Amino acid sequence: MGLLNRAPIQDGDGLVIQRQDDRERVIALAGNPNVGKSTVFNALTGLNQHTGNWPGKTVANAQGRYRYGGENFILVDIPGTYSLMANSLEEEVARDFICFGEPDTVVVVTDATCLERNLNLVLQVLEVTGRMVVCVNLMDEAKKKGITIDLAALSRELGVPVVGASARQGKGLPDLMEAISQVSFGEAQSPRDLYYGKEIEEAIALLMPRVSELCGERMNPRWACLKLLDGDDTLGESLERFLGMPVMADPAIQECLTRAREDLGRAGIGQETMRDQVVSCIVCQAERVYASCVNLKKQGYDKRDRRLDRLLTSRATGIPVMIALLALIFWLTITGANYPSQLLSSFFGYLEGQLTLLFSGWGAPAWLHGLFVEGMFRTLGWVIAVMLPPMAIFFPLFTLLEDLGYLPRVAFNLDKYFRKAGAHGKQALTMAMGFGCNACGVMGCRIIDSPRERLIAILTNNFVPCNGRFPTLISIITMFFVGTAGGLGASLLSTLMLTGLIVFGVIMTLLVSKGLSRTLLKGMPSSFALELPPYRRPQVGKVIVRSIFDRTLFVLGRAMAVAAPAGLLIWALSNTMVGDMSILAHCVRFFDPFARVIGLDGVILMAFILGFPANEIVIPIAIMTYLATGSLIEMDNLMELKNLLVANGWTWITALCTMVFSLCHFPCGTTCWTIRKETGSTKWMALGFAIPTVVGILLCFVIATLARFCGLG
Amino acid sequence: MEPQAKTLDRLHVGERAMVLSLTSQGIQRRRMLDLGLTQGTVVEALHKSPGGDPIAYFIRGAVIALRDEDARKVLVEDQAGLQ
Repeated sequence: MGLLNRAPIQDGDGLVIQRQDDRERVIALAGNPNVGKSTVFNALTGLNQHTGNWPGKTVANAQGRYRYGGENFILVDIPGTYSLMANSLEEEVARDFICFGEPDTVVVVTDATCLERNLNLVLQVLEVTGRMVVCVNLMDEAKKKGITIDLAALSRELGVPVVGASARQGKGLPDLMEAISQVSFGEAQSPRDLYYGKEIEEAIALLMPRVSELCGERMNPRWACLKLLDGDDTLGESLERFLGMPVMADPAIQECLTRAREDLGRAGIGQETMRDQVVSCIVCQAERVYASCVNLKKQGYDKRDRRLDRLLTSRATGIPVMIALLALIFWLTITGANYPSQLLSSFFGYLEGQLTLLFSGWGAPAWLHGLFVEGMFRTLGWVIAVMLPPMAIFFPLFTLLEDLGYLPRVAFNLDKYFRKAGAHGKQALTMAMGFGCNACGVMGCRIIDSPRERLIAILTNNFVPCNGRFPTLISIITMFFVGTAGGLGASLLSTLMLTGLIVFGVIMTLLVSKGLSRTLLKGMPSSFALELPPYRRPQVGKVIVRSIFDRTLFVLGRAMAVAAPAGLLIWALSNTMVGDMSILAHCVRFFDPFARVIGLDGVILMAFILGFPANEIVIPIAIMTYLATGSLIEMDNLMELKNLLVANGWTWITALCTMVFSLCHFPCGTTCWTIRKETGSTKWMALGFAIPTVVGILLCFVIATLARFCGLG
Repeated sequence: MEPQAKTLDRLHVGERAMVLSLTSQGIQRRRMLDLGLTQGTVVEALHKSPGGDPIAYFIRGAVIALRDEDARKVLVEDQAGLQ
């Protein structure tokens, strides 16, 4: 494949498991995408892996520990997979861990509302190991839909413990832990064999003696035979690594394999046919088991879901409702954040005054006061006042939609456009993740299995603004385009502008994706299947608490960690004189001519450059710089800030260009580093840096030039 | 009347059909099989996306969206009795 380095994903993500002692048991948590694995994981370990109702949230293996019955367990949350016949990078990671990671027990989490398809994986895992517990999750949802599952019968059919659970409510988890404990410390259970028809069974029998010798006790030889016959290369590699010997090169194996393939060929079973037959057998078995254990009380149990789908994805309403929902979230964010922001702002202003009194009471030198109060404290205050309220509103709202299961519908709605751009339909999902954090979005691109389309998604993720950039956009819109007077009209106008900007960002994403797939990353869109999961009622209370504590405070903390030293640095730069000007002024003067050409000024451009560690601090840096080079103004609210900016030559053109540049410029440091890590290549990182920057500079240049020609601004 | 074979993308919304065979190869074929699109599986076309492509299908208890070009590689047989 060449384009993407595969190594980092497997090394960097904690597949290395360190047991504290010999008794500690390793438990693999497997399952189809989006069945609540992460919820089970969080409930058992007390950790907070991100959860949400869409397939592909967990892209790396997370591990955590828990104690039960006086014993220690390590739980490994592996990416969701439909089968063990790995078709994508993350499926390969999942398969390798189940098959070769030698977990003491594999828990397969299944969705009670969609059990038949889930049983596919259960049966495949059962072929690898008999040490298994099936957790039938979402029992509450199934009950609502009138689906009853006979768990005892299911357990009899499968020959392994089956536990019903509603992990979100914490129901069934003690039973699950008990079952895991019993299987982990109990007698080894032999894997279960499926019958694949006379010809394939004969081929397996041919290979069996030699494979048994090589495998020893470490794995089910029958399963290994089947995989060898299947000719799955990635599995062959993993198998050889696992057994520590070149299985494929073994003369006896090669001989048997050739004979077996010849026999199969004579019976008219080629490679594809054999695979079809194997999968069909599994699917039929799943169908049989399903029929014997599940009872659908009412027909059309999913009627409400289909009605909702019609509203959210139909030709007439799909896209309008999507934009309206986006706008609604922005409107709530803008109006809701306005007042608390002002409150926080004046609170920090007051604190600053008190601190100043304190410093002068101590007789502290002016530079110390400047460095810590005017430099660090003021920057921190701004970052908190401006970022915290919108984030504390935006994150929970977005998470609610995510919890409901709306994101896959967005991907469904937008797929046509992504296909036309030569990109993958799931890019809409990674784009949506970018709203929270572009680094997360880039990492989320692992759900796209075609390397070409994955790169496109990675390189264009930055065109949607992350949470660090929203406050910049919102405050500029408020100051220059709507006014701070407030009122319903003003907030609606702000919402409209912000939504417009985001739609513009999405269009840029599509255009750049198209450009890439016509030039550097030529190719046809690959096939994909997108699951539209059943809608789930979001757990409002939990979502709010979790998204504030796990996401908002986390992102805020990261921003503050960058803002504090940045504040110090700026103050120091602006107060260290070289010649007749401060270092800061020299820098600003250096950038100024170029920045003016693209509608910005030296200060703004420098703020973006210094804001490389985190986008949140761009505006604070700009303000600090203006304050340092101009007169000092008390800044309690946005109107005063606007006065400051206007006094420094800002017009609405400057504001527009700053917004466009904020939307289209190099990704922040964390994102760049993530791109480097995900692509394994500095070249792609450089491109990820350059593409949005060049696009932003061009756009701003066009806007500024047009404005000059028209005599505006 | 003989049941008509056609490709899955030609199935109208609300119609059901039984899978006859897959014409795709390699990984794409496996992915389809993983979704449970094996011979004899009954599939229903649920609804179209705003652009008309992809279309959401009901496959073995799950709702799966497929692009037309992928659905075209699934051969189905119209099932009058299943309507």
